[in-house]
Amino acid sequence: MTEQAKTLTSNPGTEKARVIVCAGTPCVSAGALDIYEEFEERLSAVDLPAEVVLEDEKVENEGLSLDLTGCPGFCEQGPLVRIDPVGILYTNVTVEDVETIIDKTLAQGEVIEDLCYEDVSGQRVLRENEISFYSSQKRLVLDNCGYIRPDSLGDYRRAGGLKALQKVLAEMTPEQVCDQILASNLRGRGGAGYPTGQKWKFTLSQQAEEKFIVANCDEGDPGAFMDRSLIEGDPYRVLEGMIIGAYAVGASQGFVYIRIEYPLAIKRLEKAVENLREQGFLGKNILDSGLDLDIDIRRGAGAFVCGEETALLHSIEGKRGMPRPRPPYPSQSGLWDRPTVINNVETLANVPDIINRGADWYSDIGTENSPGTKVFALAGDVVNTGLVEVPMGISLEEVVNEIGGGVPGGKKLKAVQTGGPAGGCIPADELDVKVDFESLAEKGSIMGSGGMIVMDEETCMVDLAKYFIEFSREESCGKCTPCREGNTRLLEILERITRGAGKEEDIDLLRRLSELEQKASLCGLGQAAPNPVVSTLDYFEEEYRRHIEEQECPAGACRYLVTYLIEADPCVGCGACARVCPVDCISGESQEPHEIDQNECIKCGQCYEVCNFEAVLRK
Amino acid sequence: MNSEDKISLVIDGIRTEVEPGATIMDAADQVGVHIPRLCYHPELSILGACRICIVELEKREQLVASCSYPAEEDMVVKTSSPELRRHRRDIVELILDNHPKDCQTCVRDGNCELQDSAYSLGVRERLFEGERKQYPEDNSSPSIHREPDKCILCGRCVRVCDEVQGVTNLWQQNRGFESVAAPAHNADIMESVCIHCGQCVNVCPTASIVENNVTDEVFEAIADPDLHVVVQTAPSIRAALGEGFGYDPGTPVAGKMVTALKMMGFDAVFDTDLGADLTIIEEADEFLNRFEAGEKLPLITSCSPGWVSFLETFYPELIPNASTCKSPMSMLSSLTKSYYAEQAGIAPENIYSVAAMPCTAKKYEAARPEHETPWGAPYTDAVLTTRELIWMCKCMGVDFRNLPDSQFDRPLGTASGGGDIFGTTGGVTEAALRTAYERFTGETLTNVDFMEVRGVQGLREATIELDGHNVNIGVANGLQNAKELFERLLSGEKEYHMLEIMACPGGCVGGGGQPYPPEDTFALDPELVKKRAQALYTIDSSKQLRKSHENPDIKELYSYYLGEPNSERAHKLLHTSYKPSERQGIK
Amino acid sequence: MSCCSEEYTLKEKIVEKLQDFRGRDRSDSYLIPALQIVQEEYGYLSRQHLDEVARLLSVPYARVTGVASFYQFFNFQPAGEYEIIICTGTACHVRGAGAVFDRFLEELGVEPEEPTEDGKFSVTDARCVGACSKAPVVIIEEKVYSHVAPDDVPDILADFGYSP
Repeated sequence: MTEQAKTLTSNPGTEKARVIVCAGTPCVSAGALDIYEEFEERLSAVDLPAEVVLEDEKVENEGLSLDLTGCPGFCEQGPLVRIDPVGILYTNVTVEDVETIIDKTLAQGEVIEDLCYEDVSGQRVLRENEISFYSSQKRLVLDNCGYIRPDSLGDYRRAGGLKALQKVLAEMTPEQVCDQILASNLRGRGGAGYPTGQKWKFTLSQQAEEKFIVANCDEGDPGAFMDRSLIEGDPYRVLEGMIIGAYAVGASQGFVYIRIEYPLAIKRLEKAVENLREQGFLGKNILDSGLDLDIDIRRGAGAFVCGEETALLHSIEGKRGMPRPRPPYPSQSGLWDRPTVINNVETLANVPDIINRGADWYSDIGTENSPGTKVFALAGDVVNTGLVEVPMGISLEEVVNEIGGGVPGGKKLKAVQTGGPAGGCIPADELDVKVDFESLAEKGSIMGSGGMIVMDEETCMVDLAKYFIEFSREESCGKCTPCREGNTRLLEILERITRGAGKEEDIDLLRRLSELEQKASLCGLGQAAPNPVVSTLDYFEEEYRRHIEEQECPAGACRYLVTYLIEADPCVGCGACARVCPVDCISGESQEPHEIDQNECIKCGQCYEVCNFEAVLRK
Repeated sequence: MNSEDKISLVIDGIRTEVEPGATIMDAADQVGVHIPRLCYHPELSILGACRICIVELEKREQLVASCSYPAEEDMVVKTSSPELRRHRRDIVELILDNHPKDCQTCVRDGNCELQDSAYSLGVRERLFEGERKQYPEDNSSPSIHREPDKCILCGRCVRVCDEVQGVTNLWQQNRGFESVAAPAHNADIMESVCIHCGQCVNVCPTASIVENNVTDEVFEAIADPDLHVVVQTAPSIRAALGEGFGYDPGTPVAGKMVTALKMMGFDAVFDTDLGADLTIIEEADEFLNRFEAGEKLPLITSCSPGWVSFLETFYPELIPNASTCKSPMSMLSSLTKSYYAEQAGIAPENIYSVAAMPCTAKKYEAARPEHETPWGAPYTDAVLTTRELIWMCKCMGVDFRNLPDSQFDRPLGTASGGGDIFGTTGGVTEAALRTAYERFTGETLTNVDFMEVRGVQGLREATIELDGHNVNIGVANGLQNAKELFERLLSGEKEYHMLEIMACPGGCVGGGGQPYPPEDTFALDPELVKKRAQALYTIDSSKQLRKSHENPDIKELYSYYLGEPNSERAHKLLHTSYKPSERQGIK
Repeated sequence: MSCCSEEYTLKEKIVEKLQDFRGRDRSDSYLIPALQIVQEEYGYLSRQHLDEVARLLSVPYARVTGVASFYQFFNFQPAGEYEIIICTGTACHVRGAGAVFDRFLEELGVEPEEPTEDGKFSVTDARCVGACSKAPVVIIEEKVYSHVAPDDVPDILADFGYSP
């Protein structure tokens, strides 16, 4: 190990070492900026050939540099610090570790094992690309994330950026661009999977004095943060795809619609747009091609429904984000009634590579009907949470167990939820399902925008459905009856089931309402809102029945249906449970087994959490 | 257009052709298939919100809203199936489940589109009942009463207020289940920029927005032996009241109406049309003075109280142009408590003056401080809408259809045809021209029909020659149209001498207090409005007395009581003033 | 006209910004950016400010409040000096954000969004902030607390000078 690490400083002056601090939101929230500052301060104080590079567009001098990059995706282990060119990855770094890293690794070329990732077998892994979390991934869209400084147009260009745009403007007609995207069979990554080339071609064919292109970064699914990481880590890639798209469809104005909850991504995007404008990649007559395009960033204001394209357009127009019936489709009549093409940011990020490397190259990745890769935000009851990019067609099993490292704590996997509130659950015994648009749909779920929540055996499926319906109820725009009223009624039924007050006919009512909402709602969000109910009913109807017929929650998650008991044998009478009980319903003499008064118990579970002797049982 | 340009499609097995741009619902209507609907309104933009009009398309799992989905070539549409009927029924139940269960005591019981839908689509039990939205009622306005709990979010009020009236006082507020159509800040009507026109009441399918009901007060007054209760009826009432008793729209029922009012116990029944004649005389005088002096032109009519509120709220810069004449109703009320009181020897304090109007804004007008008597009571004590009057007749068991005709009472009961046509758009202008012509030229007008100002289009312009002078006239009904007229005026694009503005589409015949439309018509229906207007023109043309200034009762009134037009007494009793609203609207 | 003399309580720089919006093409499309600017300056949208935005952008009042009340980002009452934001994304939900949320309310004796009597604290929930790996997450004044349990609540509050 030390041998390898020596290369870090073996040739100072010829090969530059870089200290890369991940500055994605999770790492920042865990203190990455403090770590960065600490590095900056200490590096300037020590006698190392160190240079701190933060500002964009500065040519990097030889020696040691310190960069802030976008998210490499391994959020669970953040804050992350990588030392290039060797690629040593330090995880869970603290401010206190900085001094040690400088003294040992940078000055002496020594690796600090304690900071290296420890895999499931207890082995310390030195390099990022040796960690199973990364080795099964295929990074196209996220290729630059974590490797370039997101603010730096220079870094992006050195990594091959803007070549596609130059090629398109110099050598291709808009029709050819559309045809190439069509031939690649790139499908929209926002959820519906509509062929991007077709959308572009149709928009191109529209006669209008003005057209628009919109990048949809209103990533609202709870637990999904693919688009945010992409923009935080590689904003130029998205913008390059967007400029190419504008050329392909004939748009003269672009909008990026991005959640206001993503301040860092917004900042990076603003900076990127500014740099592109300064360098002549945005504005009038871009690269002498005759293409005029400017890009405006519009921040969302907290409405999930604005991910729906017609709602998003209304929001850009300054209206309530309520969907309208289609047709006409935005490509016919969108912003201010002009033809408008709307693409998800991940879709756009695929475009430069397709132009550079060809449609055939792209369609060879993934499956025939779902080519390319997909980025997922892996979260929930899984060892490695974070951002993963995998080729389409990979099995769900591989994603969860190999990349994700399986379920922690020796618990059993119960299901995987994909597609967020519009998606469904794939049960553990269907885990060999391929991750592509059609296969997931066949199992009653959807690809969605890329949220992937792993659930262990302690997750109650009724409670899960309730959670998503509560979300959809809160986020319903209120325009059409089935969604506005239906979600409230679904929620009421699910609530009474989880309280043990479910009625015999409730399962039929849930199905009936769900079908109505799916078939008759105005927009895709309303139509998809009951999916979590339908898919959990399809795979876990028995669990619903247990709640209704036996007032029992098999997963032990439904508060009202759970009983906490103290088992006399293991109880040592330490009194910890009695002290935390908020309603004082636990009694017992010191050193004697304690007892819970079931009539008073509010089932908060605090005694269960606090007991060190596994004497409190949850049933 | 030849049939090649048309779209051919199949509705329930019937092949039909429609023009491009037609919706599935249009196509179905054409072949006699009535798809149930609720938020849809033919005169408003398409919302596609209620989803009751869903239909099945061949080879497509998703159902589509027929009101918004365009007809496509060779489309195969099914408008009814067991699944569709179940879904529609469930949608209506979902609406009902979030709506108060007080149908039996609701003011719109028996006349409610939601109730009708629930009945016709077969909601016989509640499957999904639960929580309901809770919003306080709004009783702040003398005109409009809001019960947001009854709002079903069809968006018609929002659309009519914005698209037809250009007021945009109502908008959907909040989100999701908590959504409600309301003024800014969910404020009360009186704290909003509402102009009280009542078009929202007309289009509301439920009782979420209704007029402020004063029938109890009127019944009480009638029953009070100390009060002398007088009623006056607006021109357009007689053209619409019959609809409440099964007459075809456009059936004039003035004679039966007077009989009914007398049977109900009113002590005297006067004709607002006389007030209209009086308005013409005062306004013609005002116009001639301004025209000769070349100032404060164009003169803008002021008889529509919705328009007056709109003026004060949105166009205060035009206040100097507005005629200072009170509306016909307020003129007649003033005279009732002065001239009539004197003539009849009744203490004016003991007169209770009721006005039956096609209008909700008249309730607001009556309550304005400018229309107060010197002893602090309003000149108009109560304003009833046509709808309230219909209900009172029914409540009292008046067998309207079998009533004989009666005459209005003197001295305020004779009207010229000019006064009668006040109730339709263009009528005020035409009546004014009949009088102004003779006053201006000194000649007798032989053809009194000014066809160039008739019609129901929202915006009309005409130039009339008066003694060698060109008088440019603009006529607008519906305030969105008025806005357009003002844009032309204020931008200097066009010079006008006289503008007639009616707040409601079609004028008072389409007023916010008119009957809920009978079957096969709808609120804002141009055909319905036309029929009602035609009734007024028929009354006009059947009269000998066509010109306001020839009205013998008016001549008598001036000679015995008022003196000259614009005399001091006339000014005190017949004119008023305006001031900018505290809350200025945004144009 | 005197009736319409425009006096604004909004800060001059904001009035200028909004007037700049008004001068642009399709100026009503800047309604949401305008509301965001006011919200970010004052922490909430007062009735007065909403009406001023309406006048400055020439968008009807009802539409302005209709838009503002549609989006969760906008508040209509001032938040506490310290706004305690609890993420309720899926990961946080699964890992007990609800109990943390309730505990904050209980400790401070307030309802959601309602400031404490001294105006120092208010508690609100947020849609996924994207730090799922740190769930449940609580954010106060840009300080992020990871893996929060209900029992951590008093200590967190103490960091901001709260004593029961």
